[in-house]
Amino acid sequence: MSRKSDEVTLMKGNEAIAHAAVRCGCDGYFGYPITPQSEILETLMEIEPWKTTGMVVLQAESEVASINMVYGAAGCGKKSMTTSSSPGVSLMQEGISYMAGAELPGVIVNVMRGGPGLGTIQPSQADYFQATKGGGHGDYRMPVLAPASVQEMADFTVLAFDLAFKYLTPAMILADGIIGQMMEKVVLPPFTPRRSEEEIRRECPWATLGKTQDRNPNYISSLELRSEEMEKINLRLQKRYREIEKNEVRYEEIQCEDADFIFVAFGTMARVCQKAVEIAREEGLKVGLIRPITLFPYPYNRIAELSEKVKGFISVEMSAGQMVEDVRLAVSGKVPVEFYGRMGGIVPSPEEVLNALKTKLL
Amino acid sequence: MTEEIIISGFGGQGVLSMGKILAYSGLVQGQEVSWMPSYGPEQRGGTANVTVILSNQRISSPVLNTYDTAIVLNQPSLDKFEPLVKPGGTLIFDGNGLHRLPVRTDINLYQINATEYAYANNSSKTINMIILGGLLKIRPIVEIENVLKGLKKTLPPRHHHLLPLNEQAIHTGMDLIMPYAV
Amino acid sequence: MNVKDIINPANLVYEKTTVMNDTPMHYCPGCSHGVVHKLLGEIIQEMDIQDKTIGVAPVGCGVFAYKYLDIDWQQAAHGRAPAVATAIKRLLPDRYVFTYQGDGDLAAIGTAETIHACSRGENIVFIYINNGIYGMTGGQMAPTTLPGMKSTTSPKGRDEKLEGHSLDMSKLLMHLDGVCYVTRQSVHTVASVRKTKRAIRKAFEYSMMNKGASVVEIVSTCSSGWRMSPADSNTWMEEHMFPVYAMGDLKDIE
Ligand SMILES: Cc1ncc(C[n+]2csc(CCOP(=O)(O)OP(=O)(O)O)c2C)c(N)n1
Ligand code: SF4
Repeated sequence: MSRKSDEVTLMKGNEAIAHAAVRCGCDGYFGYPITPQSEILETLMEIEPWKTTGMVVLQAESEVASINMVYGAAGCGKKSMTTSSSPGVSLMQEGISYMAGAELPGVIVNVMRGGPGLGTIQPSQADYFQATKGGGHGDYRMPVLAPASVQEMADFTVLAFDLAFKYLTPAMILADGIIGQMMEKVVLPPFTPRRSEEEIRRECPWATLGKTQDRNPNYISSLELRSEEMEKINLRLQKRYREIEKNEVRYEEIQCEDADFIFVAFGTMARVCQKAVEIAREEGLKVGLIRPITLFPYPYNRIAELSEKVKGFISVEMSAGQMVEDVRLAVSGKVPVEFYGRMGGIVPSPEEVLNALKTKLL
Repeated sequence: MTEEIIISGFGGQGVLSMGKILAYSGLVQGQEVSWMPSYGPEQRGGTANVTVILSNQRISSPVLNTYDTAIVLNQPSLDKFEPLVKPGGTLIFDGNGLHRLPVRTDINLYQINATEYAYANNSSKTINMIILGGLLKIRPIVEIENVLKGLKKTLPPRHHHLLPLNEQAIHTGMDLIMPYAV
Repeated sequence: MNVKDIINPANLVYEKTTVMNDTPMHYCPGCSHGVVHKLLGEIIQEMDIQDKTIGVAPVGCGVFAYKYLDIDWQQAAHGRAPAVATAIKRLLPDRYVFTYQGDGDLAAIGTAETIHACSRGENIVFIYINNGIYGMTGGQMAPTTLPGMKSTTSPKGRDEKLEGHSLDMSKLLMHLDGVCYVTRQSVHTVASVRKTKRAIRKAFEYSMMNKGASVVEIVSTCSSGWRMSPADSNTWMEEHMFPVYAMGDLKDIE
């Protein structure tokens, strides 16, 4: 915490998340070790924020416990988070669904590795469906942010909390093993103190902080047995998701202005495709890149606009083809939408993806 | 300027930390840097590698499959990365334990027997600094003073008394490295 | 004795169990896992039950156990081996079924499955490798980590006030009525290896006598996770682990 906020440092994406959490006034972190993200818990244990900001850090006995600890902390209006990788995040789906149902804010980080099952510890993006289409049961969505740099690992930790509290929903950061493990320059977010209990009482009147004389008891629950009432809750949630779709779409465009062909990629694959764009431009090929930053809400409208003026898209993913379905929805048949992907922890190279674009679209 | 480097060897040879020092040196010089390690249990004795990119522009892909410079410290690394050096690029190898030497004639080959030297002089912990010195002799991508600043950042303070030793190792490396002809 | 005498089959003093194959093991030098594998192979060979034994591998360093012992294996999700083994044994009651689990697998994420399989008195064997740390993931704290012990998630040493106390699963499980045999052993000396072998064999035999669950805890080293040489690890284990996890039988309903 001695670091000034504008100081440039070099750290891993995983470390950046840990430092950003402490700095943005996070109250509690709960997690269970799993590669490739164990450095988040390890960093927190090393910097001991409970001695400075009072942030609680606890190694849970499982991811099931971790997410339910987040549920409990969130129910008290506290800023809390957990981090894991794919197999662990699968275990958290029940808890995430309960948080969505109980309208609880919290942050879940998934540093993805290859599945299904125990799979591999190498990077993957194959949890896109799980993250964006509601991995647990019931009709819910949550904001999903896809960082493509160590800087964004730090920035999105702050942003994810903001979105979670603004819309009273769990929010997810969907990273992958590369972004978690690599070191890059980062400027950590400025230091914001943790909220006092008074502030929490004001901002989160629903929080279970102990019933005071001036209000009725608060209870946190996702249960509603009366169908009419349960439908009302669902309608309220749906209204909120539409609001998120209206307000929170984020993306980055690289050389799309004059592009004939456009890569669509997020996270690490966007970085690889950016390099492919550089190579293509050197060869005189007009290629661009759109990088969805929010995977929910998805930049459907912008991709639809772009589809009016380009000759084709290619979605490049470390999966068998998941996000490509959203690209197709957006493009709606106007131009060809192709897919290229690798699985099992393999990261395609810039040359490889450019080659795929050439063979599939030229 | 962009320099794309792969450093590869057995876990425990200081491959990852050599990359880290290079990355920190770049940071000190105000460059854009990325450091991407191979990760996982293979580090326990198996082969580890790290991709380091130093650039004056925003770095796009942190993972590559061709490199300006490859530093290889064991046979599997040489076998894997020799073909991936860009034509005109540089390959530096430590001769220790190699049974098949490099064969390419379209790249610049250098040998540095850092392991042999370090063991003979009882300083196995400085192997990576010797090699780094060799690299800087032929590819002066970062200033030595910035390397020392970078080193200071990566070393915990209780090890700062080792800085002179490391500086010396850099100079040793500069003397040891020599062109290798196929 | 010359070379010819030494290689003469009549003079053979030791032979690797045929249940263990020649696949090079991924375990670190000095790791206890390899020794326990060998014992399992020997017992299965001696009891002649290769065709009747089904192992359940964990998530942890033992995850690849199926590569080394030529029996049928299922590899379970992290902590769920007891549930998987329960179903196998219930559906194939004449087979020998064992789980092979580390302390993270058995005593952290899989505590519920472990307790309930034991409480139901499943006729299975638990081979429980307690090295006080998460080896596979690079040395994080486990529930079994000793007070004051350093790990990557207790870098200043485990603080019992913040991180809780060491969990003694065997002591806990011995109180369950479904459990017939609980013993704590090690494999760091010739004598201890022999004792462990007898214990595992007894557990296998009990599992066919429908007496309930058997737990063979093997207090082990993890030189990589502990950041020590294998020899130092053995000494450290004797000096620090054994006082907390005392050797010997905790329960034996004969
Ligand atoms: C659901 C889930 N969470 C976390 C992990 C990561 N993980 C793999 S092994 C392991 C713990 C291993 O420790 P232990 O069971 O003590 O066995 P050891 O490696 O020490 O033999 C963990 C946490 C995982 N694979 N799946
Ligand atoms: S990490 Fe530990 S438990 Fe795993 S193989 Fe190495 S010594 Fe054994």
